[in-house]
Amino acid sequence: MSSFDTDSPPPPHRRPWTLFERGLKAIGLSGRALVIAAPAIWLTVFFLVPLLVVFGISLSVKQFGRPPYTPLLTTDEGTVQLTLHLSNYLRLFTDNLYVAAYLSSIKIAFISTVIALLIGYPMAYAIARAPDRWRNILLMLVILPFWTSFLLRVYALTGFMRGNGVINNFLGLFGIPPVVMMQTDFAVYVGIVYTYLPFMILPLYTNLVKLDGALLEASADLGARPVRTFLSITLPLSMPGIIAGSMLVFIPAIGEFVIPSLLGGPSTLMIGRVLWDEFFANTNWPRAAAVAIAMLVVVVIPIMLLQKAQDAVQDNERNT
Amino acid sequence: MAKKPQLAIDTRPWRDPGAKPFVRIKNVTKKFGDVAAVNDVSLDIYKSELFCLLGGSGSGKSTLLRMLAGFEEPTSGSIEIDGQDMTGVAPYNRPINMMFQSYALFPHMNVEQNIAYGLKRDHLPPTEIAGRVAELLSLVKLQDYGKRKPHQLSGGQRQRVALARALAKRPKLLLLDEPLGALDKKLREETQFELVKIQETLGVTFIVVTHDQEEAMSLATRIGVMNSGEIAMIGEPTDIYEFPNSKFVAGFIGSVNMVEGVVTEDEPGHVRIRSAELGCDIYVGHGVDCAPDQILWWAIRPEKVHLSRDRPDAPFDANVTKGMVEEIGYLGDMSVYQILLESGKRLRVTQTNTVRGNPDSITWDENVYLTWGDSSGSVLTV
Repeated sequence: MSSFDTDSPPPPHRRPWTLFERGLKAIGLSGRALVIAAPAIWLTVFFLVPLLVVFGISLSVKQFGRPPYTPLLTTDEGTVQLTLHLSNYLRLFTDNLYVAAYLSSIKIAFISTVIALLIGYPMAYAIARAPDRWRNILLMLVILPFWTSFLLRVYALTGFMRGNGVINNFLGLFGIPPVVMMQTDFAVYVGIVYTYLPFMILPLYTNLVKLDGALLEASADLGARPVRTFLSITLPLSMPGIIAGSMLVFIPAIGEFVIPSLLGGPSTLMIGRVLWDEFFANTNWPRAAAVAIAMLVVVVIPIMLLQKAQDAVQDNERNT
Repeated sequence: MAKKPQLAIDTRPWRDPGAKPFVRIKNVTKKFGDVAAVNDVSLDIYKSELFCLLGGSGSGKSTLLRMLAGFEEPTSGSIEIDGQDMTGVAPYNRPINMMFQSYALFPHMNVEQNIAYGLKRDHLPPTEIAGRVAELLSLVKLQDYGKRKPHQLSGGQRQRVALARALAKRPKLLLLDEPLGALDKKLREETQFELVKIQETLGVTFIVVTHDQEEAMSLATRIGVMNSGEIAMIGEPTDIYEFPNSKFVAGFIGSVNMVEGVVTEDEPGHVRIRSAELGCDIYVGHGVDCAPDQILWWAIRPEKVHLSRDRPDAPFDANVTKGMVEEIGYLGDMSVYQILLESGKRLRVTQTNTVRGNPDSITWDENVYLTWGDSSGSVLTV
């Protein structure tokens, strides 16, 4: 057996990525930077840039042609002119339709979130407290609807709620006259709660399953009845789950378009539908863009405030 | 170490057949499916006692404690506390508090809020609650920590908060589940005596569950040794150690040498046992409930066997055997000798190191005689 010759240089490019690594070094990049850069570039190209484009369009006005809005920059005999129209935003405030649509969207999303919380909390609690062998099956049942297309499930709801649908036929067996459910706000609530319920249950479940049973026993031991234990121990400790679940329902519900247009009636006013009409019926891209940007502000600001409050609570817990 | 006089041990109510027990556990059985975690346990515990339930994991001691607290209902049998039947009484209605093994401190409340939690449930006026909390904080020496959250405390501090919280409602009976289990050895020894002191000061009846026999011996007025769901023995620490009633108890508490033998003489005043393992006869200087030719076991503690180079007197031609020192473990205060007998059986013998640096001490590979007093060992039939 020959001895190792320690003086010989290591075989060049033993690892296939050595060359690549050297190339990166040459332009001042490390592997770590590359890993961080990948999502950053992705978000920039597919999220930030389109958002800026939308923002740009929202500052123009509608015109006939292609594209159907005025350019922001115009050149006229060597002068570059930047024209920013704020009329779309001003219109949002002056035309009652938009304000009403925003308020109505927030109201519908809020009530849906509360209903989803009231239904989802007991379900999440029951799953978290179920025997081990049942837990995964129950969780599976919560996730199962995702295996079918969202659109199909909302359509299926119409089959339940329409005049001669499953529910009314069932009620008819007892001689109860048909109830009008379709094209009402009720149907929209049913649709939103039904669709987004898993998003409420899953974060609540992950929180509640970690809850130490000994804490509940300690509370009972110290003289607290079950309701008191729930209010003083379970509820405050599950607050992060409640907030996460509520966000996951509230945010998409505000901008919901499919559910109100399939299940809601003409009186169901939601910003998603207004946006759709503005874009496709009126071909007013700038106005639609302004509606979208305003919605972002309406949604993002409360979330940021909430996030801040939550951080403050956590800091408080850490520092006292 | 001499124990300070204690309320219960001064009077020793369990020795008085007319005394009324404070906690009466009657024929309690708890089954999980087909498995009996606690099997027909009967136990009386008296006021101001510090009773230890001692057993290995799965012995049913924790299940018994949880039944006392009301977290589990007995499958059959009854539990009475202060003359009141506890069947069907919810945990929040029992005059009992419990200190949990994990402490179970509420993580979102600070120390004061944790201690005040039980008091608030009794709807005491806020000023009284504040007074009681301050009192308890000084009892467990945590006056300056009232505003801290549990995660900002050390393990020992958490243990004391848990104790203060459990004592806050002045329960008649305090249950402690492995109260010192999560502490390191040094802290455990300190806390052990503090716990006894608090128990003496308040006069509360304590029931402590532990798997640590040393802890049980030093804390308890009485110990209940549990084995696979049953009470193997109930007694004062000295009874348990010196007069075990079974092979299990003898082996579970401390270390012991156990040999098998056959009864050759069974008189009212003495018993003679022939043991092939020991290589000699055992003369027991008191009567034993046994029959001639019965096979039984004889157990002796390592410190009750004496080693000598010269053959000691054998008054009854018994209680002396020969062996060779195979191993010595020097522990400072004493040395542990492992002696190989001619039968191949190994005995463990401890000798106190009374002479400093004794050059003449018995050493490796020496042939020695072993002897013991005629009432030093225990004769065990089960």
